[in-house]
Amino acid sequence: MTVTEVSVSLTIDGQEVDVPAGTSIHKACESAGIDTPTLCWAENLTPVNVCRVCVVEVEGSRALVPSCARPVEDGMVVETDSERVQHSRKMVLEFLGSGIDLSQADDLGRWIDHYGAEPDRYDQPEVPAQKMYEEPKIQDDLYIRDYDKCVLCYKCVEACGDDAQYTFAIAVVGRGFDARIGTEFDVTLPDSACVYCGNCIGVCPTGALQFKTEFDMRNAGEWRPEEQDVTTTVCSFCGVGCNLELHTQDDKIVKVTSPADHSVTHGHLCIKGRFGWTYVQSPTRR
Amino acid sequence: MADIFIGLDLADEVEITAVTAAIGNDPAIVHETERLVIGGGARRHERRHLLLPALHALQNARGWISPGGLNHVCDVLQVPPAEAYGVATFYEMFRVDDPGHGDDVVHVCMDAACQIAANEELIAELEAGGAHVHRSPCLGQCERAPAQFVQGVGGPDRVPADEISVELRIPQQGDSSLRLLKNIGIVDPTSLDSYRAAGGFDALARAVELGPKAVCDAIADSGLSGRGGAAFPTGVKWKAVAAEQGRPKHVVANCDESEPGTFKDRVLMENDPFAVVESLAVAGFATGAENGWIYIRGEYPVATARLQNAVDQCRAAGLLGADAAGSGHAFDVEIRRGAGAYICGEETALFASLEGFRGEPRSKPPFPTTHGLFQEPTAINNPETLLNALDIVLNGADEYRSRGTEQSPGTKLLCLSGRVAKPGVYEIAFGTTLGDVLDLAGGLTGSGELATVLMGGAAGSFVGPDALDMPLTLEDTRERGTTLGSGVMMAFTDEIDMTAICVRISEFFRNESCGQCVPCRVGTVRQHETMVQLQRSGSMTAERRALVDDMARVMVDASICGLGHTAASAINSAIDLGLIEGAP
Ligand SMILES: Cc1cc2nc3c(=O)[nH]c(=O)nc-3n(C[C@H](O)[C@H](O)[C@H](O)COP(=O)(O)O)c2cc1C
Ligand code: SF4
Ligand code: SF4
Ligand code: SF4
Ligand code: FES
Ligand code: FES
Repeated sequence: MTVTEVSVSLTIDGQEVDVPAGTSIHKACESAGIDTPTLCWAENLTPVNVCRVCVVEVEGSRALVPSCARPVEDGMVVETDSERVQHSRKMVLEFLGSGIDLSQADDLGRWIDHYGAEPDRYDQPEVPAQKMYEEPKIQDDLYIRDYDKCVLCYKCVEACGDDAQYTFAIAVVGRGFDARIGTEFDVTLPDSACVYCGNCIGVCPTGALQFKTEFDMRNAGEWRPEEQDVTTTVCSFCGVGCNLELHTQDDKIVKVTSPADHSVTHGHLCIKGRFGWTYVQSPTRR
Repeated sequence: MADIFIGLDLADEVEITAVTAAIGNDPAIVHETERLVIGGGARRHERRHLLLPALHALQNARGWISPGGLNHVCDVLQVPPAEAYGVATFYEMFRVDDPGHGDDVVHVCMDAACQIAANEELIAELEAGGAHVHRSPCLGQCERAPAQFVQGVGGPDRVPADEISVELRIPQQGDSSLRLLKNIGIVDPTSLDSYRAAGGFDALARAVELGPKAVCDAIADSGLSGRGGAAFPTGVKWKAVAAEQGRPKHVVANCDESEPGTFKDRVLMENDPFAVVESLAVAGFATGAENGWIYIRGEYPVATARLQNAVDQCRAAGLLGADAAGSGHAFDVEIRRGAGAYICGEETALFASLEGFRGEPRSKPPFPTTHGLFQEPTAINNPETLLNALDIVLNGADEYRSRGTEQSPGTKLLCLSGRVAKPGVYEIAFGTTLGDVLDLAGGLTGSGELATVLMGGAAGSFVGPDALDMPLTLEDTRERGTTLGSGVMMAFTDEIDMTAICVRISEFFRNESCGQCVPCRVGTVRQHETMVQLQRSGSMTAERRALVDDMARVMVDASICGLGHTAASAINSAIDLGLIEGAP
């Protein structure tokens, strides 16, 4: 089969850019060397464009446009650093920081500094800003859910649903600021449809979903990512050939991921690859 | 699709009977003979849209959606329980915890028209009488404030005001200049014969004579624009859907009417339901759509019953069905009830809700004309828009343009409420001034002078007494920085505490945000908190004003849908007009 690539030409921040048709504005920015914050977007998931941190200004469009999801068009004129864009990105980051614990969120701290966001300006003398407040849900030995840290990016729901796992154990529940990720009637994960593939953990950008090992080590003050090694190997349980990345600290496996760009897994695993490694470091093993 | 995992809780007889009555007993998979992998997968997709009716049945049967009841519905429709629970928790009218009683629940409106009509006193009175009260957003009965709606358990829903006068009439009844309201009070809303005797279904017959293209042309030539709030040209929409080939197509009447202050669609549907059905059939014929849908808000039991009766009678008379009205085209109508969610009036959220998903708006593009209901081409219109089409088809575009202005042809329904002597629905030619309209409604009532009029509802804006000379047209309202929106004109006198009104408006948006996008999910909460702080401290500092502006800008610029885009509009206009205590 031959694929003819149609090329589209657009202007980003005054710079002429040529990209294949169907490329997102975000990818086009990347190819032009422009860094864009993203939160709900991921390489291996369908864009939901809900967080709005990636918005750009497109000439002729009244509202700002989510760059992660909007395909480029020929002749498009895009601004990624106008006052309007800066304002919206700053406000989105402020809003997130004003109610959600972002301390373990990938990359967001950098953008909060970049845009000068001030998440604290919403606490008012008589009306404190409402927060996402939830006790961590610790229901088994494999992983925990701490929705204080949840930005409602929908990634876990997509990974559990028709972007990867087709298990549909979790969904967005409730409406507005009270919306949360949950199971039916808040039943525990062992009582739900969950098959413990851990694909939701793999895509969560904020640490709301975490390996129990990581959670316990963080609580004990023993989590030291800078000292961790990552070893890439192939899962030994079956013949599919999933790539595993074993994260080790002090020669102990502390969590397992898979690369999002790997052709076999697209970052997703099953319970055996994700969690089936405790035997390696079992004290009874010789 | 893997097989669905369903928990152990079982439904009881009452729940099973209610669900069977609502959606039939036709499981998506037959357990003995097939797995989902075979025919079940396709049928599961086909039947997902029955989730909302099934949830309504459970809610009505027990007064809540129990784990066993939900499991049963999930098993019949093969919907994952987590997803169904996500859908159930989206709506105001559903509850997922045991209320501990099997009594009816009285919804009392908390929004502006009822706020200034002693709604809290009504609540206190009802509660003293032992009623279970639920504080609700606008119930679409603003002309009879304070409004109530009773959600039944094991029996039908009802509206207490209807029991006093089921035949609610309109102030202008009998006026020969009426076009959209002409049948009201004249035609029996429960009788097809009565409707036909008054010229009903002549427009559909005329449309069939003219053919689809000529109908679309007439609509375009008439300059008709949407009456649901956005004023999009109807002819453009219909032509776009008519041009789509080779796929099932839909026409939808958006009867979700939930904009605070709006009740005109209710009055139309209750008093002229056959016209709504006929106009939908005209839209279906013009666009080549076989499927008509009426999505009506859940708090309108009388309108729902009358529309259902109208659809049934029309089907029996051959006006709907395989050869609708002898046109050679198939067209039929299904009615779906919403369950309490303002956002489901937004067109893409309405599609999601009808399809059995959470009522979250989808991003546009793609637009409904190519990717609407079930991702198929769809023309969605407000019922008032649709009714205009009957007039245009019968009398032609030129005659239609003889009323109104060049840029705003025709007539417009207005919802007058608040401190006016004769609140109700009025029909005016575009171009009538705001002052004349207030006079038409009998002028102000109560003590005090006119302070402000809320135009277009919570999503609209306040105007001051200096706007009384404003002609009510799309162009004039736009030029003055306000909007006609859905036709709301709510009058407030200067003895009313406008800060409290604005606090409530901000609370409305906080409660109604679907929660999907950050600017609106968090912005509406922070905006409400700021208004409460303002109310408590009584001082609008420069810092707080800057915060209000910053929040408004990001909601306008970066939200996904119109709810976020307009959530700051009324409040900002009130601040600009100096209506809020402590505004600098
Ligand atoms: C939050 C929100 C609520 C809406 N509610 C309604 C409604 O209740 N009824 C309606 O007709 N349109 C409503 N709309 C507008 C619809 O999205 C759509 O524009 C309209 O139904 C199109 O019909 P029209 O062209 O006949 O006006 C709403 C829009 C938004 C953003
Ligand atoms: S572990 Fe897998 S099955 Fe369980 S909730 Fe996460 S994605 Fe769904
Ligand atoms: S738990 Fe994580 S992945 Fe899921 S919505 Fe929240 S932040 Fe996103
Ligand atoms: S603007 Fe508000 S209502 Fe609309 S999609 Fe975003 S969160 Fe939902
Ligand atoms: S990353 Fe684009 S909207 Fe979230
Ligand atoms: S019914 Fe109360 S404001 Fe509309």
